[in-house]
Amino acid sequence: MKCQLCDKPATVHFTKVVSKKITELHLCQSCAEQQQIPSLGDLSLSAILQSLIGQHVGPLSERLSRLTCPTCGLKYMEFRKHGRLGCPADYNAFRAGLEPILLRVHRSMRHVGKVPRRRKPEAHETELLDLRQQLRQAVQVEAFEEAARLRDLIRKKDTANEPG
Amino acid sequence: MNPDNMVQSTGEWLRGNGPESDVVVSTRIRLARNHAAFPFTCRASSQQKTEIEHMVRERLARLERAPPLQYMNVAKLSQLDRQFLVERQLISRELASAEGPRAVAVDSRESISLMINEEDHLRIQVMRSGLALDEAWQDIDAMDDQLEQVIDYAFSDEFGYLTACPTNVGTGMRASVMLHLPALGLTKQIEKVFRALQKINLVVRGLYGEGSRASGDFYQISNQVTLGKSESAALTEIREVNRQIIEYERQARTLILRDTKQAIQDRVARALGTLQSATMMTSEETMELLSSVRLGVNVGLVSDVPITLVNDLFLHTQPAHLQKLMGTQLDGEERNAARARYLRTRLREGGPTPN
Repeated sequence: MKCQLCDKPATVHFTKVVSKKITELHLCQSCAEQQQIPSLGDLSLSAILQSLIGQHVGPLSERLSRLTCPTCGLKYMEFRKHGRLGCPADYNAFRAGLEPILLRVHRSMRHVGKVPRRRKPEAHETELLDLRQQLRQAVQVEAFEEAARLRDLIRKKDTANEPG
Repeated sequence: MNPDNMVQSTGEWLRGNGPESDVVVSTRIRLARNHAAFPFTCRASSQQKTEIEHMVRERLARLERAPPLQYMNVAKLSQLDRQFLVERQLISRELASAEGPRAVAVDSRESISLMINEEDHLRIQVMRSGLALDEAWQDIDAMDDQLEQVIDYAFSDEFGYLTACPTNVGTGMRASVMLHLPALGLTKQIEKVFRALQKINLVVRGLYGEGSRASGDFYQISNQVTLGKSESAALTEIREVNRQIIEYERQARTLILRDTKQAIQDRVARALGTLQSATMMTSEETMELLSSVRLGVNVGLVSDVPITLVNDLFLHTQPAHLQKLMGTQLDGEERNAARARYLRTRLREGGPTPN
């Protein structure tokens, strides 16, 4: 198929549906860029998610913009920018900013379905997550003695609860 | 397992022998899981990713009731081999193009694959031929049960399985059914079907991933909601919608055979003729022509091309497969020539003729 605006092969196929009226465009990459057609990547789930984040947490962002996860150090604004969370503890740390998004995407805020049979206390897992974060920082600043201590501690705590 | 040994064959899910296989190509379910005591992949250091990879690998080896899994270090594979695994749907595009330590474990039938250090630490995937949501769920549920014995999953009572992207949180389950809908395409009813689907929160995509235009009339239908709806409720919803679409597609096939048989016969014969004789063939044209042939086989207009051959050709004419089959890297033009040559040989070997 050829580009509708020039003769190069069409690689961007854009279907627009506005109040039941469908418009199709078949363009080559450079014409598509000139027409400012969003690229394929822009139409992905994560892009849709990001536009949702923008729409639904706008009014809250004053307070949220200062939030940082105490466990992994991710800032709420970074999540807002990339649409990915940093660690399991973010679900609690960013609760106020996440709930409107969950409600919009899933129309629900509460899990229904499978539950793992073997579970460890959440506190234990968060502690390990914390220790791993400290270890990473220790390695970064070349505090090797501290790093070795943390590594042993993680090993001990991890194997103390080794599944069995 | 080594991509070079896989190239002549296809995974079992592409054999075309599953339920409703005249319309449904395959069923896929994936679960997103994370280790509770590590940051998510995008926030993990290279060392932590290595640690996760080693841990998962070592624990996979401990599973007693899982099929033997072959482990591939994706970071060490060539770009061609990674593309090859994407074409076989064993790894995602994201895993192929990601950086840092990452891997995939696959069973010999290519029906189970476990991606490590994708967007989530663990992406478990099960593929089945035809419409087989229950069977796929049983397989993946059993695999997940075993994995939870050896890996501490990030889970909260409130939000379920915790994932890097909030669109997956809850069950972490995405079930997709890949449909071949040529008659709905020909009768221009496909848009209508999809508008109805969007209203009930199911996502439709073309073959080969997110956002791409459906080529060869292949469409994937998947659930969007993962929080607040149980796995079985989501599967029931998807099953019912698919039953309906299968029915529409079959009605459309009956209709075009009744009202425009000659035109359809001509379309199928031309498609087969072109595939058997062209000397240059793009990937896109191949998909479109094979789609017509597949329709012809399924409505009885072509009798001597086995459906497995058609399914094979869809996969084997993809760029990475073609290059591995030819044993050399090929640029665009060379690829089109090699593709045409390959199609001619394979379709003439079987000696098919249109009725």
